[in-house]
Amino acid sequence: MILLDRVTKTYNKNLGSALERITLHVEPKEFVIVVGQSGAGKTTLLRLLTREERPTSGKIIVGGIDYDKLHDRDIPLLRRKIGVVFQDFKLLPNRTVFENVAFALEIVGVSTKEINHTVPRVLDIVNLKGKEKNMPMELSGGERQRVAIARAIVRQPKILIADEPTGNLDPKHAWDVIKVLEKINRYGTTVLLTTHNQEIVNKLKRRVVTIKNGKIASDHANSGYSSHNHEA
Amino acid sequence: MKRKFITFGRVVRTGMVNFVRNAWLAIAAMAIMVVTLTIILFSIITNATFNNTVYQITSKIDVSIYLKDTVDSNQTNNLIKEIKALPNTQSLVYLSKTQALEKYKQQNAGNTQLLQAINETDNPLPATIRVKPRDLNKINDLKTFLQQPKIQSLQSDQPSYSGDRKAAIDKITHATNILREAGVVAVLVFALISVLIIFNTIQMAIFNRRDELTIMRLLGATTWYIRGPFVVETVIYGVLSAVASILIANALFVTASSSLQASSLGLLDISYSQTYFEKHYWILLAMQLTLGILIGAASSVIATRRYLKFKTPKK
Repeated sequence: MILLDRVTKTYNKNLGSALERITLHVEPKEFVIVVGQSGAGKTTLLRLLTREERPTSGKIIVGGIDYDKLHDRDIPLLRRKIGVVFQDFKLLPNRTVFENVAFALEIVGVSTKEINHTVPRVLDIVNLKGKEKNMPMELSGGERQRVAIARAIVRQPKILIADEPTGNLDPKHAWDVIKVLEKINRYGTTVLLTTHNQEIVNKLKRRVVTIKNGKIASDHANSGYSSHNHEA
Repeated sequence: MKRKFITFGRVVRTGMVNFVRNAWLAIAAMAIMVVTLTIILFSIITNATFNNTVYQITSKIDVSIYLKDTVDSNQTNNLIKEIKALPNTQSLVYLSKTQALEKYKQQNAGNTQLLQAINETDNPLPATIRVKPRDLNKINDLKTFLQQPKIQSLQSDQPSYSGDRKAAIDKITHATNILREAGVVAVLVFALISVLIIFNTIQMAIFNRRDELTIMRLLGATTWYIRGPFVVETVIYGVLSAVASILIANALFVTASSSLQASSLGLLDISYSQTYFEKHYWILLAMQLTLGILIGAASSVIATRRYLKFKTPKK
């Protein structure tokens, strides 16, 4: 589903590479956690997957799309196949919860009738029933994060990328968000989650990829974070 | 197909909503557009009026060749043939001695004394060939032709060239050409200013909504889905400004015709301008709409271009 082959990203030659020869293969329906400290290269990795950045070298294939052969005008089509939950939510502040989720469907030309049918069901999945008419400002951090997830999954993407979705949340809310992601994964969506929260990593017991200084330091199935933190 | 239709509807609706929300910003952009379109409209009408004036005057100009009484019909017909063959001859009228006299009598119908005097004498008028030239500026060709000794021997008098009128016409043509050029410059300058102002208006609107645009981009909105509403918004500017410019012209002509009974300002025949405007009302409106829409659409397409580039530098 996701294939990175010796991907290197250099923003500035004098500062070294943000990512260096990253090779990663994620199977369909897999749930992968990417861990690493701030600046390790997690966000760069995700930005490469959404084609906000191009790799300096190396090959990326996502859902059968070879990024080398992707024209700029086809980027929107790629992004419609990938659901992304951004670290900073990226919700529209002057629109209601319902409108924010509906927005993702509007831009791809889904009919109003279909939107009115789909959006409430998705809001139900992320446990936001009854909050349809609230503005993002009126919601807690965890609720906002779940709106962002609802928006990312409303188009039923094959891949969901979540960048530190628990970053600003207290443990209880963080766990709510993770449970939603697990639910989505059970429905058959490939999930790529980045976090630096050890507790979540240990509790989830999923494949963990550790990035350190732009390189993959370890890649272990069904493991915890702390026990594999010994690579230099 | 259905999706495209829904998307198009959403783009148009968003554009209209944005137009209402940006109303104050839009007024500045529209004001300058109205000025531009009005100037364009008036330069077209003025141009048509000047052309009409020049045409009116030049159509009255001809060259009269007076023939000796001794010239027989054979010689006359040969001369007519030769003149007709000249490239600059548009049309030609032959008046025999009797016809020339009839015409003279008609022209002086009120002057009984003169008519009496003419009746008492033999017909004093020569047979005349009146030539209407195609291009007044090339009248010298005709002149050279008539000055040939062989041809000159047939003439009773020097041909009349309406010479003084030609000088006046040259002046008018010169003046209208200058006005036309000035009009083109003014139109270009104002068109540029209005493009720049609309450009700024749209950039401000984009700046206000840049977060939304970024999010749209990340969620996979196509370039035209994002750009469309801005284009719709500026097309509305164009349509409203075009209608306004036509209404302004209309109002001005109504005032002018009621206050200026003489309806003529020197070279500018206002009553002709008004007739021209009324006769070409729909064409002019259509033209103004096209121009307004083009100016509006072009400025918003340019203004949004920078913001819609994918940030994917080539590796």
